[in-house]
Amino acid sequence: MSRQHIISMLLENESGALSRVAGLFSARAYNIESLTVAATIDPSLSRLTVVTVGSDKVIEQIKKQLDKLVDVVKLIDLSESFSLERELVLLKVKKSDATEQKISDLGADSMACITDETDGFLIIEVSGEKTWLDDFLLTLGDDIVEVVRSGVIGLSRGERTLTL
Amino acid sequence: MELSGGEIVIQSLKDEGVEYVFGYPGGCVLHIYDAIFRQEDVKHVLVRHEQGATHAADGYARASGKPGVVLVTSGPGATNAVTGIATAYMDSIPMVVITGQVPKAVIGSDAFQEVDTIGITRPCVKHNFLVKNVGDIAETMKKAFYLATSGRPGPVIVDIPKDITDPNIKVPYEYPAEISMRSYTPPVSGDIGQIIEAVKLIKEAKRPVIYSGGGVVLGEGSAELRELCRALNFPVTQTLMGLGAFPGTDPQFIGMLGMHGTYEANMAMHNSDLIIAIGARFDDRVTGKVDEFCPHAKIIHIDVDPASIAKIIEVDVAIVGQVKPILLDMLAQIKHLDETFDRARIADWWLQIDQWRATDCMAYDTTTGTIKPQYVIEQLYKVTGGEAYLTSDVGQHQMFAAQFYPFDEPRRWINSGGLGTMGFGLPAAMGVKFAHPDADVACVTGEGSIQMCLQELSTMLQYDTPVKVINLNNGYLGMVRQWQEFSYDSRYSHSYLEALPDFKKLAEAYGHVGMTIKKKEDVEPALREAFAMKNRTVFLDFLTDTKENVYPMIAAGKAHHDMMMGPSSKYKRNEP
Ligand SMILES: Cc1ncc(C[n+]2csc(CCOP(=O)(O)OP(=O)(O)O)c2C)c(N)n1
Ligand SMILES: [Mg+2]
Repeated sequence: MSRQHIISMLLENESGALSRVAGLFSARAYNIESLTVAATIDPSLSRLTVVTVGSDKVIEQIKKQLDKLVDVVKLIDLSESFSLERELVLLKVKKSDATEQKISDLGADSMACITDETDGFLIIEVSGEKTWLDDFLLTLGDDIVEVVRSGVIGLSRGERTLTL
Repeated sequence: MELSGGEIVIQSLKDEGVEYVFGYPGGCVLHIYDAIFRQEDVKHVLVRHEQGATHAADGYARASGKPGVVLVTSGPGATNAVTGIATAYMDSIPMVVITGQVPKAVIGSDAFQEVDTIGITRPCVKHNFLVKNVGDIAETMKKAFYLATSGRPGPVIVDIPKDITDPNIKVPYEYPAEISMRSYTPPVSGDIGQIIEAVKLIKEAKRPVIYSGGGVVLGEGSAELRELCRALNFPVTQTLMGLGAFPGTDPQFIGMLGMHGTYEANMAMHNSDLIIAIGARFDDRVTGKVDEFCPHAKIIHIDVDPASIAKIIEVDVAIVGQVKPILLDMLAQIKHLDETFDRARIADWWLQIDQWRATDCMAYDTTTGTIKPQYVIEQLYKVTGGEAYLTSDVGQHQMFAAQFYPFDEPRRWINSGGLGTMGFGLPAAMGVKFAHPDADVACVTGEGSIQMCLQELSTMLQYDTPVKVINLNNGYLGMVRQWQEFSYDSRYSHSYLEALPDFKKLAEAYGHVGMTIKKKEDVEPALREAFAMKNRTVFLDFLTDTKENVYPMIAAGKAHHDMMMGPSSKYKRNEP
């Protein structure tokens, strides 16, 4: 019944716009799995992508309530169409032959690469779909010292866009 | 024209056609107050508490249809206003609230009288603005009025740091004639395809009910609603917020619905096969138990706010847009049909409703000598000829007023339905009086509620806004006591008000007329005497039955057909 949705929106690049979106989720007890926001090429707009979970009814309400916010210019549910989603993960592991082997095994068909090596620690940079990354992190398990995820972003494929 | 920021605020109000500002001064708005001093078009009303300012502006807006305007200082001025802002928000009342803010340079430094007004009010406003440049004030004011009054109306805040109102910094002023915002496009007319679908359902209905709400009042759709109801001859129920849009004395009106609605209205909802919801939002006090709401009905929902659709209840046909054009389009479609929607078409349904009606569900004991609160409202209706503007506070007295004073016109019944704010009634009544100086205005209240914004009696003397205060003094926080009687075995935990003031003397101390009414036979004469004093505020303290309850009642979480009936009703358990 409950499903994950990636909702992406163009926001007026005003102070307070982000807190309106975040506040809406907490005030109405909606879920936030991840939230990411940054300016677009048009400096008057920022693009915010939120991953949320809910029944069809709840997701419908979330979209309507977001749309109702005056700072939200336009909104798209990426889960409704054929879209491309990506998340970036940086993770730190202790350097050892075993971990390096694991990474090169796992990384063969992914975008994982060792980006930094300092004082016996590696920073691995990997991007992919959220679920794939979840699995990837599970396999590394206890080897991980620290991890940071960017939150999901996405674009719909083909002609469909979120632009003005 | 070159103006300072403070002058721009006031000039914008002037250009917006604002007549009254309800406010209270303080450090961060002193430049603005100086601009007020140097002009005469925009009149300022000095309240005694910022909550009073917001409720007064709100009452003004509800009675006039024009936006209410409030001006308060930063910090405590803004926080005191929050209750009134939330009250307006919950009932979708157009309001523009100007709040002073500390100078830009010290924002975020915990400066004297600094609060994050934008943050505090964010969840209870339609939108809010922090203005950063003096050159942006005029356009922001325009946006604020546009947002407050269009689409689903609501309060909008304009937070203005003191430095940008500096009298020494002048900028060219021009008030925008029009404004559009790319991120905001309120809907206009409804989708005609959906309207046709709705009319199909209307054609098939055997047990229809029109369920009309506050949106019809706010959207000025009362005339169209009446026309639709008369064209269809369907039974009409209204929410607490919708009363008056359709005449309360019309036999087609089956009473208010919901928690303290009539038996016939709630039973009709429960047994209906078609609900036509117009400008109503399926509030929990209306629906009762959601899972059992109108189990047999198809539902048509007309609303200006897309987010209201399917928020609580799934609907069969949704029509988003302004109520007025939608009802007109719907009427045109109905006239297109070659059908007669006379009463005979749904004769069985009306017969059933009349049987429910015969239970006389609001009947109360008229034989005792004590003053029953219902009796006072009935007499109030009689004495004012049903023509008064009634504001109310929150509690049993509010329900008695809604039940026993049928409103034949919209905007006459003014109460805090969504937030249920005690303290609303008195300042709201003052606001109504500013909107309609010649009308009879009464505030129906209780000894609990009235003490929450009592200080405005002083403002009412200063500005000569004569109101009749109908205090249904039962000595209890009556609505709380009623719930404790029903759900807590009559353990009246802190619902008894000891050490009440002598309200008569209190009114006199404020320079008004006070009356204490202890006997039933004095009720009507006292009301006549009070309303004869056209130019005086009269505080009528009615010492009523202390233990009267509001009936009928749907207990929280129960369904429409599961009502508690009063001992005086003719309801028998084995009835349908
Ligand atoms: C500001 C506020 N505080 C508390 C409540 C909860 N409440 C609802 S009705 C009520 C009792 C009101 O008492 P009174 O004004 O005497 O009216 P009565 O019910 O006796 O007619 C209370 C405390 C409220 N609605 N508003
Ligand atoms: Mg009371």
